[in-house]
Parts: sequence; C-alpha cells; structure tokens
Amino acid sequence: MLCYLYLQVFNVDQENMQEGLREVEIVSVEEIADKVYILEFERFFEFEAGQIIKLAWPGEAKPRLYSIASGEKQPNIQILFNVVGEGQLTPMMAGMRHGDKILASMPLGKFTGTGGPAWWIAQGTGIAPFASMLRSGQTHNKTLIHGGRYHNSFYYQDEFIPMLGERYIRCSSKDSGDSLYHGRVTDYLKSIDHLPVGPLYYLCGSAEMVVETRDILIEKGVGFGEIVSEIYF
Amino acid sequence: MKKEELFGKTWDELVIICRELNMPKYAVRQVTDWLYKKSVTSIDGMTNLAAEYREALKERFDLGLTPPMKVQVSADGTKKYLFQTGPNRYVEAAYIPDEDRATLCISSQVGCKMGCLFCMTGKQGFQANLTPGEIVNQIHSLPERETLTNIVYMGMGEPFDNLEAVLKSIEILTAEWGYGWSPRRITVSTIGIIPSMLSFLERSQAHLAVSLHTPFEEERRKIMPVEQVYPLPELIKAVKSWDFGRQRRISFEYILFKDFNDTPKHVKELARLLNGLRCRINLIRFHPIPGTPLEGSDDQAIKAFKDALNEKGILTTIRASRGQDIYAACGLLSTKELLSS
Ligand SMILES: Cc1cc2nc3c(=O)[nH]c(=O)nc-3n(C[C@H](O)[C@H](O)[C@H](O)COP(=O)(O)OP(=O)(O)OC[C@H]3O[C@@H](n4cnc5c(N)ncnc54)[C@H](O)[C@@H]3O)c2cc1C
Ligand code: SF4
Repeated sequence: MLCYLYLQVFNVDQENMQEGLREVEIVSVEEIADKVYILEFERFFEFEAGQIIKLAWPGEAKPRLYSIASGEKQPNIQILFNVVGEGQLTPMMAGMRHGDKILASMPLGKFTGTGGPAWWIAQGTGIAPFASMLRSGQTHNKTLIHGGRYHNSFYYQDEFIPMLGERYIRCSSKDSGDSLYHGRVTDYLKSIDHLPVGPLYYLCGSAEMVVETRDILIEKGVGFGEIVSEIYF
Repeated sequence: MKKEELFGKTWDELVIICRELNMPKYAVRQVTDWLYKKSVTSIDGMTNLAAEYREALKERFDLGLTPPMKVQVSADGTKKYLFQTGPNRYVEAAYIPDEDRATLCISSQVGCKMGCLFCMTGKQGFQANLTPGEIVNQIHSLPERETLTNIVYMGMGEPFDNLEAVLKSIEILTAEWGYGWSPRRITVSTIGIIPSMLSFLERSQAHLAVSLHTPFEEERRKIMPVEQVYPLPELIKAVKSWDFGRQRRISFEYILFKDFNDTPKHVKELARLLNGLRCRINLIRFHPIPGTPLEGSDDQAIKAFKDALNEKGILTTIRASRGQDIYAACGLLSTKELLSS
C-alpha cells in the first residue's frame, strides 16, 4: 500500500515537472455570476496580455488551460472561469479559499495583440484575454463585442464601459435593455452591412462560436488571414 | 437509466468488474474472448459463463455493440459507415479498400473542438467524446472487419483531445487478450496537442501522424487555431525529442492549398524544419467544403511539390483521394446535418 501511494505521488510529481508547474497560494476566489468565478494568485512571472497558463489540482495529473484576465503589470494573476458540470478541475477551483494551493505554469501561447486596430469578439469567459489586453493599456483602436446570456454575463463591464464607450457592444441572448444588443454575437455581426477592412478580427470562446463567427466574417468579405482565433477546447 | 457498456472494457477494468460481481478470475479471459475474439450479440450469448454471472453482468451492463445505421458506397469502392453513439450523436468511419490493403479511418469524437479552417468536422462544433467501446465498435461492427489491414485515427475529432479513450482503444486492439493487432498497423493523427502527444508516444507503440499543413507559424495560425496554444516550433521540438526507433513511423500530413502553402519557399522551409527527422510527408488534395476561402492546389502543383521535397531527401507521397463523391474523403466527414434533424 505504501509503495502504491509512493508511486502515485511520484507519478504526479514527474508529470508536474514535465508540465513545468509550481505550487501557488490562492489570494481569493470570488463568484461574480452564476457558476462564474474569478480566482487570483500572486503573479510570479512576466507575461504578454492574451497568454494562457496551465492550472492543475495538486495530486491530479492533467492540467487545464486558462487565459490570464489580469493586466501585465497587475500584482495578481486573475483567472476568469466557469464551473463545468462534472468537470474535474473547475468545481475544485470554485471551492478554494484564501491560502489554499494550486499548481500553475509559466505563461504560454501566442494569442497576443499587435497594437494595430482590432475587433475583439468574445463569448462567455472568452472575454479573459481581451480583459488582459485592455488592462494592459491596449484600448486605442479596439472594438470589443461580447456575447453572454444575461445582463450580468458581461464580466468586467464596469471597467470596460468607460474605457471603450460605444466601441463596447454587449450581446445578450436572453436579456434586453440596459444598452444591450438583444441577440447573439453572430446575430449582431450578421446585422452589420459593411465590416471595416483593415482591423484584425480576434475571436475567443467555444469551438461552436469561433467557427460560426469565422464563417460569418469570411462571408462578409474578411480575409481568413485577418482572423485570429483562440478556441477554449 | 442507460446502463454502462461492457464492450470497450480493458483487461484491468474487467478484473475489477469480475471481482465486484464475485465472478472467478478465469471469467475475465472468458469475457474478453467473447467481446473481442468471437462474435456475440448479447451478454446471454456468452454461453460458457455461468448463468448467474451473465445475470450479474446484465444487471449492470449493456453489451454495447452497435451495427452501422447506414452505408454509402463510392464509385471507387470506398464505403462510408454511419454509427449512432447516443441520442442525436453520430460518427462516421471510412473503409478504403486498395489493391493489397484495406484501411479503416475511424472517429474519436462526435464533432471536434479544434476548428481547423479546412475541415468539415470542425464546422460541426463539439458534441461528445467517444468511449473506448464506441471507438472499437467502428472496427468490430464493420462488415469488412476481417479484410482490414490498417486502422487510422483520422476520422472525426482530434484523438489527443480524447487521449485516455484512444489509448484504451489501442490497448484493446493490440493486446493478446484483445484483437492482437500489431501496433504498426495503427496510425493516430493529431494537429499537435503536445502534452497528450508525448503521453501517447510514451504509452503506446502505434505510429504518429502530425497534421502540419505549412512550415510557417504565421500561416498555421490562420488555418489552425491550435497554433495559438501549441506553436509549431515547440511541436517539432517535441517530435524531434522522441526516439522513434526503426519500427515506429512519424509522418506529416500536408494539405496543399493554392498560392498559400505550395511554393518553393515552403519546400525549403519544410526541409529545414524536418532536418534530422526520419519521416515521411503525405501530401493531400484539398477537398473543398462549403463557404471555404481556400482553394486546393492542382495536380501539377502537387506533383511538383512532391518532386521538390523528394529531391530534398524527404520521402513524400501523394495520398489518393478516395470517396469524394460520398463525402468520405479527408476532411469531409461530418454528421452536422443529422444533429439538427
Ligand atoms: C487555450 C484555452 C484557454 C482556456 N481558457 C479558459 C478560461 O479562461 N476560462 C475557462 O473557464 N475555461 C478556459 N478554458 C477551458 C479549460 O481549459 C477547461 O477545459 C474547463 O475549465 C473545464 O475543465 P474541467 O476540468 O472542470 O472539466 P473537464 O473535466 O475537462 O470536463 C468535464 C466534462 O465537460 C466536457 N467539456 C469540457 N470542455 C468542453 C467544451 N469546451 N465543450 C464541450 N464539452 C466540454 C468534457 O467532455 C467532460 O465531459 C480554456 C481552454 C483552452 C484550450
Ligand atoms: S482537421 Fe481534425 S482536428 Fe482539425 S477540425 Fe478537423 S477533425 Fe478537428
């Protein structure tokens, strides 16, 4: 039995070493909407807005990927996540408290901004990389379109409204009023006659949203080379 | 409530099941024989198992074998089989007979999360992971099963997004208690989910095929969203870090798109990128999908690309397009229409 346990721990450590994970202490975990949380821990690396990290539960071998939602210079790393029913990691993350430990990697990924004009199109927690970009000062020349169900699905909206004004469009599939566009992101895009030529179009969210949105953009004349997609697979 | 499926259980899992059901140890061998070596259509059909054990198994499990719902036959002899894996869940498998071989291209997921721009499966989004039983069922329930010489995991889905089920299915296919296939007759294809790919290389002996489609990171970003997460240089570094030995094969899949990835510049960069790797490149004709902004290279350009790579010392072949008339060819598998119906 002892030997078995030793092997289990050993395997996990091996795996974690491979994945380059280190233990970090949770600063806070806060529920901001139904089953949607923000988790924070102290930043221990430099990163580029738009990048992701791996997170894993200590003892559970397979890490998951999460976009960093905080700005490049903010002291804490923020992760915006929603709890996946029967998920292995997110229900555990939601139950964490100040002082608990989680495993985190160095930043990775290339879904980063260029400084040029861009349309950012996100669904649900897919807003996270754009939140990071905005909080890192990339507000000029940017249009943000966010899709969510309810009026409280537009995470960080209090921060984004003053930053972007009319260049911040919230598409709510269930609610209306409150300056919301009533419909999905794809409905909103379909309703635009002429999409601007020049900006890069960044898409982030589920496979379904990214693929459908990409098809609409291409149909409306956007070159596929102008579309940069990140899928939360 | 739907019962668990017995078909698709590995030896180790059956050891536990038999123990839990107070069945003797030798029953594990009897059950694996019935599941993977003989043809049985119900748990009752496992006639050398004592009646009480069959009852115990039936209480907890369905057999889990599903015959194909539909078959379409191409003019070139390719057949596309449709399997139902759950309510409103369907996958396709393509049977491709050739002169001296017969290959089955199987699916690992219903739909796919990876969203490659050139792929019909990608357009359908993701519905579910297949279980090991659902993966192996595509082979077991194939009328032409006995003629198969090769299995490729190149159907619907990204196999390494469903790694554990894929590994279990390979275990069942290759184990002495399973189908006893050589892992050298099995190829798993990936777009490059690096951690799972390395885990696969460590835990299986099957061949690996990597969908490359361009040697340039910036271009790959435009057609394959996975590039944002696992960039090409890291993917190639990971592949190069693995010792494939003499028996195990690493190949790269490369769909040729006109004026996008079919130039001499690409040949040169491919040669540089793959330098030092004993590998093969399979060139694939693009089979256009609705609304695609991409155009396939013509036959002449494909041949020229192949010759140029061969001249650089990279073994390169052109994959014959098969089953295009029934949408069974590479990149065309999809069950999206059935989802909405
Ligand atoms: C590049 C990238 C960035 C990401 N960033 C974020 C982020 O910022 N915030 C965030 O909340 N999530 C993000 N994700 C998703 C995240 O990595 C996990 O997949 C998710 O949190 C679920 O983890 P889990 O362990 O709780 O669930 P799992 O145990 O992985 O899954 C539980 C069940 O849900 C199903 N499932 C999981 N994912 C999907 C899916 N996409 N579609 C349909 N079914 C699914 C599984 O098949 C399984 O049945 C990102 C993913 C990627 C690839
Ligand atoms: S090519 Fe493969 S990984 Fe890409 S979308 Fe199609 S099935 Fe998925």
